[in-house]
Amino acid sequence: MYSEKVMDHFNNPRNVGEIENASGVGTVGNAKCGDIMRIYLDIDDNGIIRDVKFKTFGCGAAVATSSMATELVKGKNIQEALQVTNKAVMEALDGLPPVKVHCSLLAEEAIHAALWDYAEKNGIKIEGLKRPKSDIHEGEEEEEEEY
Amino acid sequence: MAKFIYLDNAATTKTAPEVVEAMLPYFTEYYGNPSSVYEFAGKSKAAITKSREIIAKALGAADNEIYFTAGGSESDNWALKATAEAYEKKGKHIITTKIEHHAILHTAEYLEKRGFEITYVGVDENGTVKLDELKKAIRPDTILISVMFANNEIGTIQPIKEIGQIAHEKGILFHTDAVQAFGQIPINVDECHIDMLSASGHKLNGPKGIGFLYIRKGVKIRSFVHGGAQERKRRAGTENVPGIVGIGKAVERAMATMEERTRHETEVRDYLIDKILKEIPYTRLNGHRTNRLPNNINFSFQFIEGESLLIMLDMDGICGSSGSACTSGSLDPSHVLLAIGLPHEIAHGSLRLTLSEEITKEDMDYVAESIKKIVERLRSMSPLYEDFVKKQK
Repeated sequence: MYSEKVMDHFNNPRNVGEIENASGVGTVGNAKCGDIMRIYLDIDDNGIIRDVKFKTFGCGAAVATSSMATELVKGKNIQEALQVTNKAVMEALDGLPPVKVHCSLLAEEAIHAALWDYAEKNGIKIEGLKRPKSDIHEGEEEEEEEY
Repeated sequence: MAKFIYLDNAATTKTAPEVVEAMLPYFTEYYGNPSSVYEFAGKSKAAITKSREIIAKALGAADNEIYFTAGGSESDNWALKATAEAYEKKGKHIITTKIEHHAILHTAEYLEKRGFEITYVGVDENGTVKLDELKKAIRPDTILISVMFANNEIGTIQPIKEIGQIAHEKGILFHTDAVQAFGQIPINVDECHIDMLSASGHKLNGPKGIGFLYIRKGVKIRSFVHGGAQERKRRAGTENVPGIVGIGKAVERAMATMEERTRHETEVRDYLIDKILKEIPYTRLNGHRTNRLPNNINFSFQFIEGESLLIMLDMDGICGSSGSACTSGSLDPSHVLLAIGLPHEIAHGSLRLTLSEEITKEDMDYVAESIKKIVERLRSMSPLYEDFVKKQK
């Protein structure tokens, strides 16, 4: 059901953990839907993401996308990190099953939430960053009716 | 050889070798159509008769009350839709429960769209149907009560005898989905006042694609599949002779081994339950502690999600299942776990393990170690656990 890359990132997730006194922390998702992702960012004075850690409650795809997303933003500057979309995460993982696409949205939102937290803490505005939704399932289309 | 411990027998079972052996001649040797007149076809017809007798005897029913179908889902669909159609002049109200299999729930929803009213009775925290609620739901226009014999996810055995008695006294038809219970625990249709009963072959070491519906003599439901005159004109289509032989053999085997199997499985089941509850904190057993199917175990591990747990168990060679949303293809966790009152996040962290007679305590030692290691690892990655630990401090 999952690609080899997804299984690799699930079995050996990169950057699991916490960062004490992180520059920004973002938590998105909800327990109701079964996935919660938290991203910690350590950003230096030049706006470079020095370190990133995550914790995730969720399925295999949720863990793998968290892991891949942290890899993709590590060492990048803020604007580059904003370009890490859910599509980029999915491509880097060689795709996800259709029912798991929302997991990759969660990863993108978690990074944005952590950046938002960083901006708020430092009283700055990050161009192109919107207030992240706390619930990624908001506005999702209803399932097609059967029968 | 790598470890392989199959603990998903509620999903399906291994077809027993003696069942396969019994079926084989009916593919290449006795392949005649049972409806044909020549003597050769008589072999096929006789095989069907024999299977029907075995099944009828197992239920305390008459031979002509057993109707072969393609499986449990067809039997459930037939029982509900055909009863609704046959008795709609009497009333359009049906009572069922919140914890039924989707073969019942989705059929009930289908009927709702066609003008029937359905009452879904709730269950207590152990998953036992609330009898007082069921009694209160009965109306003059109630035509059918359908309650599963035992739940497929949490294993709780329902008070079927009491429900049958209630239905009988009120003159309401009573159907039970016994797909998980038949072959595992004794069932007598007269003692429980059952009018219709669904069962499936592949849950009791028989083949897939075969099941039956027991219909008490006098119940006026019509054919669901129209065509030839098979199954007393109630279920058309050339009989699945090898399948019918297979389910017959499987039932014979299940009845003969039931006592010993129940004793063994209960012992192994309780061994794992006690071990896990003792060794892994923030864990609960779902379903009734004792009044449950001998082969069913269902845990919820707080702070972790079921699919991740299943994938990791798979890597240790252990097959299980979960009521997590991620394994159901929807965003909601199992309706059964929600019905027993579990909050969503705990329902997502459920694990169902269903035993067979082949599983030993030694296997369970290995399984327990694996679960322990995995739960610890997933918790160390869980933001919910992190929050919980911080709150404790």
